[in-house]
Amino acid sequence: MTRPRERTASVVVPPLVTFVLGVTLWEGAVRALAVPAFLIPPPSAVLAAAWHDRALLAGSLLTTAEGAGSGFLLSVVIGTLVAVLFSLSRWLERGLYPYALFLQTVPIVAVAPLLVLWFGPGLRAVSVSAFIVSVFPIIANTLAGLRSTDPRLLDLFRLYGAKLGDTVLKLRFPSAIPSMVTGFKVASGLSVIGAIVGEFVAGFSEGSAGLGITVLSAYRQLRTDLLFAAVLLAALLGLSLFALVSALGALLLRRLRAEW
Amino acid sequence: MLEEFPISSRVSIRQVNHSFSPGGAVLRDIDLELPAGEFVALVGPSGCGKSTLLRLISGLEQPSAGSIQLASNVAGASAAPSKLTFVFQDAQLLPWRSVLDNVALPLEIQGLSREQARERAKAPLADVELTDAAERYPDQLSGGMRMRVSIARALVTEPELLLLDEPFAALDELTRQRLDERLRALWIARRMTVVFVTHSLAEAVFLADRALVMSSRPGRIVLDQQLNLPENRLGAMRTEAPFVAQTALLYQALAAHGGFDEGGTGGSR
Repeated sequence: MTRPRERTASVVVPPLVTFVLGVTLWEGAVRALAVPAFLIPPPSAVLAAAWHDRALLAGSLLTTAEGAGSGFLLSVVIGTLVAVLFSLSRWLERGLYPYALFLQTVPIVAVAPLLVLWFGPGLRAVSVSAFIVSVFPIIANTLAGLRSTDPRLLDLFRLYGAKLGDTVLKLRFPSAIPSMVTGFKVASGLSVIGAIVGEFVAGFSEGSAGLGITVLSAYRQLRTDLLFAAVLLAALLGLSLFALVSALGALLLRRLRAEW
Repeated sequence: MLEEFPISSRVSIRQVNHSFSPGGAVLRDIDLELPAGEFVALVGPSGCGKSTLLRLISGLEQPSAGSIQLASNVAGASAAPSKLTFVFQDAQLLPWRSVLDNVALPLEIQGLSREQARERAKAPLADVELTDAAERYPDQLSGGMRMRVSIARALVTEPELLLLDEPFAALDELTRQRLDERLRALWIARRMTVVFVTHSLAEAVFLADRALVMSSRPGRIVLDQQLNLPENRLGAMRTEAPFVAQTALLYQALAAHGGFDEGGTGGSR
């Protein structure tokens, strides 16, 4: 049996080794082959750029986090409501599900200009872009969860003459939580992607520019080191949001004593 | 009677035939009268339709033909659906509710506040000797304890009719025997009508006052046997001659009507 500390080490050490090896290899190769810094900057240059432009990057990070976070929360609220409505009525589901699927399949890059027309440049268009990309996994997973309630427990509720509200709140909803958490996790990562795409088209506003804008302007100035830093920050933002949602989900599942 | 007249349901099953699809008959010509307050065991081979019959009695499904009527033995007390309850093979508890909250659930559904429901759930929990486990959660209980919680939940609404679908089948033999003894004692104290589905002949004889043996599908009642055994039943009874004789009688009926054909259908392999 492995002790907890050993297990943690066995989880943390391998990716850390890969990271150190990868960065060293990258730095060494770029220097040895004399690759121009505007094509591939060495990690040291990326780090230096990140430090030099830390104020700009911090502002961008917060702006993007705001867009992604608000879009994600919108998805959680609307996606859950839509799934509950679908679960209550087969007709509603059949009538509307294809159009919910449309949100999943429509290329967000192509729709983004429309969002700017409708919602104006800035946070609102970015939020809606994050929402469009992240809402479908929440609808689909929540609906699957609501539908997977044990039929015998549903029988039992029926025998006791349960009202619809009781069946949803006391049985269907708690049973659906594990699936819902899965949907939220997928959606959290997607919302950052949606926000960045939204910013590419709609990001110029009064406040500070988001990471998507920083990526674009760094590209136009051929500041590849800054571009790398912004891209890495965007990835880190997605990971952090995912980790946060996973942790909250795990807490909730433990309280519900769900099997997962 | 030492207490008030116990309320229970009479079940009248008239010419019930049932099939899930045309030509796929599950139950054939079921005609039964279950008097109020009787403890009936329903035995038969797997797939003979005994669980289906239980679902039909509960009203969760309607028979393809024939009728099933429940009537309370007390005038004025309607045989409302809330007056019957169902116990499944696995305990079917809500994992996110404590033991006491699981037992209180039916009362909450029927409109009591959480506090009132919890208060009233304490007595049936004590009846199954789980008062000390009230604040534990289902995943902290053994299979036998979970089943006892399930029975307490069924008793909390003081049902007139208790339907049990192989409730102890997944438990080990000793646990099952202890639960059988407890269920019999609870019935003696309350006298609700009980229909207990099992595939164990010994369990049927130990628990019930009347045993119904069903044939393999389409299920018919092939034996309707009053079990003349003492009212209070102790574990030792299982080795005594009358018990063994009754069990043998059910065995013969079951064997004669396709109950033991699992080994005999080897040709189809």
